[in-house]
Amino acid sequence: MAYVAVKGGERAIDNAHAWLADARRGDPDLPALTLAQIEQQLGRAVDRVMAEGALHDRRLAALALMQAQGDVTEAAFLLRAYRTTLPRFAAGEPLDTAAMHLRRRVSAIYKDLPGGQMLGPTTDYTHRLLDFALPTASPAPAARRTGEPKPMPRIGDILGAEGLMEPDAADPGSSGDLTREPLAFPAARDVRLQALARADEGFLLGLGYSTQRGYGNTHPFVGEIRVGETAVEIIPPELGFPISIGDITLTECQMVTQFRGSKTTPPQFTRGYGLAFGHSERRAMAMSLLDRSLRAAELGEDVVAPAQDVEFVLSHCDSIEATGFVEHLKLPHYVDFQSELETIRRMRADAMRGALTEAEAAE
Amino acid sequence: MSGYNFAYLDEQTKRMIRRAILKAVAIPGHQVPFGGREMPLPYGWGTGGIQVTASVIGAGDVLKVIDQGADDTTNAVSIRRFFARTADVRTTTRTGEASIIQTRHRIPETRLREDQIIVYQVPIPEPLAKLEPSRAEARRMHALAEYGAMHVRLYEDITRYGHVSISYDYPVLVNRRYLMAPSPIPAFDNPKMHMMPALQLFGAGREKRIYAVPPYTEVRSLDFEDHPFRATRAPHACALCGAADSYLDEVVTEDRGGRMFVCSDTDHCETRRSAREAAA
Repeated sequence: MAYVAVKGGERAIDNAHAWLADARRGDPDLPALTLAQIEQQLGRAVDRVMAEGALHDRRLAALALMQAQGDVTEAAFLLRAYRTTLPRFAAGEPLDTAAMHLRRRVSAIYKDLPGGQMLGPTTDYTHRLLDFALPTASPAPAARRTGEPKPMPRIGDILGAEGLMEPDAADPGSSGDLTREPLAFPAARDVRLQALARADEGFLLGLGYSTQRGYGNTHPFVGEIRVGETAVEIIPPELGFPISIGDITLTECQMVTQFRGSKTTPPQFTRGYGLAFGHSERRAMAMSLLDRSLRAAELGEDVVAPAQDVEFVLSHCDSIEATGFVEHLKLPHYVDFQSELETIRRMRADAMRGALTEAEAAE
Repeated sequence: MSGYNFAYLDEQTKRMIRRAILKAVAIPGHQVPFGGREMPLPYGWGTGGIQVTASVIGAGDVLKVIDQGADDTTNAVSIRRFFARTADVRTTTRTGEASIIQTRHRIPETRLREDQIIVYQVPIPEPLAKLEPSRAEARRMHALAEYGAMHVRLYEDITRYGHVSISYDYPVLVNRRYLMAPSPIPAFDNPKMHMMPALQLFGAGREKRIYAVPPYTEVRSLDFEDHPFRATRAPHACALCGAADSYLDEVVTEDRGGRMFVCSDTDHCETRRSAREAAA
């Protein structure tokens, strides 16, 4: 009977999973990818999965990408669901990005600045022509690195010395954690930055872009983008002093934006801040645009655009939440749809009866 | 399952969720924020319900999971397997045998008992969401019991259509205080919530809210004296068991408009059919 055919969920799931495994592997005559290959050669995808998965582990991110067939959102989801089961034994000390070992550092607001400009491994000035020889090319000779790494002060410190830049906010001591406390509004900047750091890159990009097109303009300049390695330190209670638990690659963006001043504050530059795991400039820049636009209310600016609406942005920026709720629409909804069918039939019957009565009255 | 705690969540997380549940039970219908975790199933698939179930389930529990009233829908199968795998608990499709029933979109036709818990999966816990998208503002409205906007919405429906057009997730007032979203169950199921002997727990994973209706609590579907709440169902009898009072699924049987109506609650339908066969 037809009705029986739509049941049988148990067997359907098993068959689907077997098919999925088969599709994931592809042609078995081709060699399987290794995690090291993904980690080394698809590094930007690994970076994005770590950022949205909110877990810094290149090997696990590579595994997630392999398991997800390269679907970045699905891979980030796999990583999140693993991360959430991990015990917490310490909170990291604030990262000292001024002491980063930089491989790239550019500023758009000074021709030259202490520490200099350093392009590093960027695609910025490549011509986007498909390199048909790439698949068969022999390994490129190692790039030449000149000179010793030197300390590079952060742009905020340079502008701050002249009093033109708002000072850093006072250290709140501890910061919020939306993985432990649910998001509540109004959300403070620490929680906003955490949400943006894990947010979907496409969402950040689109909303950041909207601020440039007049929906909440912040007059942004890239004060500085820096990419490099920095040490993560914790203070174990039994030691009482910081120890390094490893180095991670970070991209940091300081967006310098205009502030017209208020009754209590003279005109000055304000900051938008972006930070991302790995080499992720698009992400860090978009995040810094949004960080600044979300400060509109606290700076006394009119909140008129989506990118300035904290509740709107934070409620919809998470790719795992968003993909879950959008895609859940493919789950069965036939019980609710049945109740809608009954309601709409009733409304149509009422409407037709009404039309009939009107027609009779007109006769 | 090795490498994971009983029922997946670590014990600290379960304690946090149990505290939220206790608060929710103490304030019937009030949404309690909780530190919802990512689960290995996607948001929208029942992560809130799964977290609530994981926090209340013990080794001796017997779990039933339904989606659209059926035990055999793929998502129900998947969640049942999840708990069989992570908690090694006994599962059942029999409503009467279960100590915990996790559900999406239905309440079983069989009356639940005091020794049972029903866990609802909730997509949007905020009943005012369609009228007031800001959760901060909606929270204020709940604090002040400012529910006039919802009554106006129902009134507008009545003036336009002659009846309320909400057919599922029909808002209820719990214990005469909090407006509550019953989750997207058909309005047909709403009266079952009223004075239910079983504990009713609601979990919204993505929105990170838990709420509850304690046993024997008043749950009223919003209505007006001259337009009392009416639960509707397809006006047919079940083609398989003949039930004339159960909620029905409409199954399209061929492409020329043929359809049959069958019980959405598969356990209810099968129990009735086997009783009939036994009697025959």
